[in-house]
Amino acid sequence: MSFRTAWRKSVNIVMLSLTGACALVTVSVLIFILGYLAWNGASAVNWDFFTKLPKPVGDTGGGMANAIVGSAKLLLIASLIGMPIGIMAAVYLAEFGGKTFSFIVRYTTDLLNGVPSIVIGIFAYAVVVIPMKHFSTLAGGFALGIMMIPIAVRSTEEFLRAVPRNLREGAMALGASKWKTIATVIVPAALQGILTGLLLDVARVAGETAPLLFTAFSNRFWSPGWNQPIASLPVMIFTYAISPYDDWHRQAWAAGLVLLGLVLVINIVSRFVMARRAAFLRG
Amino acid sequence: MASALSTMDRAAPIRSGPRSFLRRLADGDQIAHLITLVFAASILLITTMLVYQLWIGSTDARHKFGWHFFFTTTWDPVAGDFGALPFIYGTLVTSALALLIAVPLGLGAAIFLAELAPRSISDGLAFLIDLLAAVPSVIYGLLGIFIVVPMMRLYIAPFLKATLGFLPLFQGPCYGVGMLTAGIVLAVMVVPFIVSVSREVLLSVPADQREAAMGLGATRWEATWKVVVPFARTGIFGSVFLALARALGETMAVTMVIGNDPKIAASLFAPGYSIAAVIANEFSEATGNLYVHSLVELGLVLFLLTFILNGVARLLIVATEQKGMSQA
Repeated sequence: MSFRTAWRKSVNIVMLSLTGACALVTVSVLIFILGYLAWNGASAVNWDFFTKLPKPVGDTGGGMANAIVGSAKLLLIASLIGMPIGIMAAVYLAEFGGKTFSFIVRYTTDLLNGVPSIVIGIFAYAVVVIPMKHFSTLAGGFALGIMMIPIAVRSTEEFLRAVPRNLREGAMALGASKWKTIATVIVPAALQGILTGLLLDVARVAGETAPLLFTAFSNRFWSPGWNQPIASLPVMIFTYAISPYDDWHRQAWAAGLVLLGLVLVINIVSRFVMARRAAFLRG
Repeated sequence: MASALSTMDRAAPIRSGPRSFLRRLADGDQIAHLITLVFAASILLITTMLVYQLWIGSTDARHKFGWHFFFTTTWDPVAGDFGALPFIYGTLVTSALALLIAVPLGLGAAIFLAELAPRSISDGLAFLIDLLAAVPSVIYGLLGIFIVVPMMRLYIAPFLKATLGFLPLFQGPCYGVGMLTAGIVLAVMVVPFIVSVSREVLLSVPADQREAAMGLGATRWEATWKVVVPFARTGIFGSVFLALARALGETMAVTMVIGNDPKIAASLFAPGYSIAAVIANEFSEATGNLYVHSLVELGLVLFLLTFILNGVARLLIVATEQKGMSQA
């Protein structure tokens, strides 16, 4: 074996092992993050965390019940804004759209998806907070709702398009009109996928912090109704993590674990549902 | 007149029958079409309003400072003097650092997953890496504060000072928080994007490209590096642009570890500030029109940067995938 061949072979082995090392590092970062968060969070999560209000500075203990409820309320408003727009626009793109206008809508949707979340926050501040003159649950929900639209459109459109053609043709051949076909055949056939996509969408905005900082703001107490500043898990993690108090750090870990657990469970479950669905559609 | 009457006569009996029923249904279609169209158009409206709000929301700052806004370094809310350079610098430097770390790492991992690993292992690992992309940024910030910051102060900075300390980049005191710390945290956040897009692009390279190279006697690595990767080059660039757009706009994790000090320092250990971070920290407390308008103008800059990068990224990725399809 000539020197050159030996050299090429060793380069081959070294470089290929390096790519393997890269993959290993990337995956172990995830495992490290999960492990570290679980380790620090598990010792801090307790019953009080889910049922008590935050204690005043200096008192240890307390929980984040208001932030958990707050996140839920914000996500509810966000879903009420983002989902109808996303689903209806997706029906338009998948079933009715012409060429040019659909292209423009798709392009704009992608553009909106790339807008940094902090900029969405400025937008919500300008159109909701300024007219109302104060921070509110509505403003935070509005910001998150805008963030939900792009993913809702893209995933719903994808699942509508994946419905086999013969279902559509069968309904039309029986004399059903187009919208009746859509409402009674296509959407039900795609429903599982659409719902999974929307769930993933909720998981994505559940962790958003930046757009909430100056729309929903935060609150150390319960926030009744929809017109007052409201606490949310991500903003609480931020405030507690940059605070100088050990007990707050402990609670930030607990909140981090709860939030990440929620997001990852939704992600894992929906991937499995989608994979099963894809296999089913392939037949 | 006569002809009009005769057409009406002919049309009338049919209309009263099944056709009117069909017509009503057709009208239902039109209504459904119209309603969905309104929702689709509302996305255009929202996006237009967003741009409009950023534009009018920054009027005062644009008029007062003009282009100087981008080249001056003072950020003095009390005196009402605002310059964006330290923030632009911080955003660009942290993003560049992130790419410097994330591109080799992500590309290496993508090559392993697409070219070497068996499909089932590749899919499993890609799934885990996709999960990394789902981790909320505030959690990266949390881990950044409590893991990367102390590690930086205790191990990474002393090591870099000992080895590369002759460079001005690695001199001066290290407080833990700073540009390099933000760059490292950002790198971890954008790696999943590079891996998952590059892997898709590499997988779309037709198999005969690999086979031809190996048939000519190339080793596996040579076939990958000299044939497959160049073939997928545009798509890989696309993934890098995507990662860059994400790094530029990233707010929480950067805010938590960059140090939040609007200065331009030669050292990467020094605290800095980024566009997104200054908006996050100061927007809710900003008083006076000029202050708010300056922050909104920073938002406008961020919007335009990510807009351009996302557009380019999408074009590049689509171009490569079509190339793969046309030659497959």
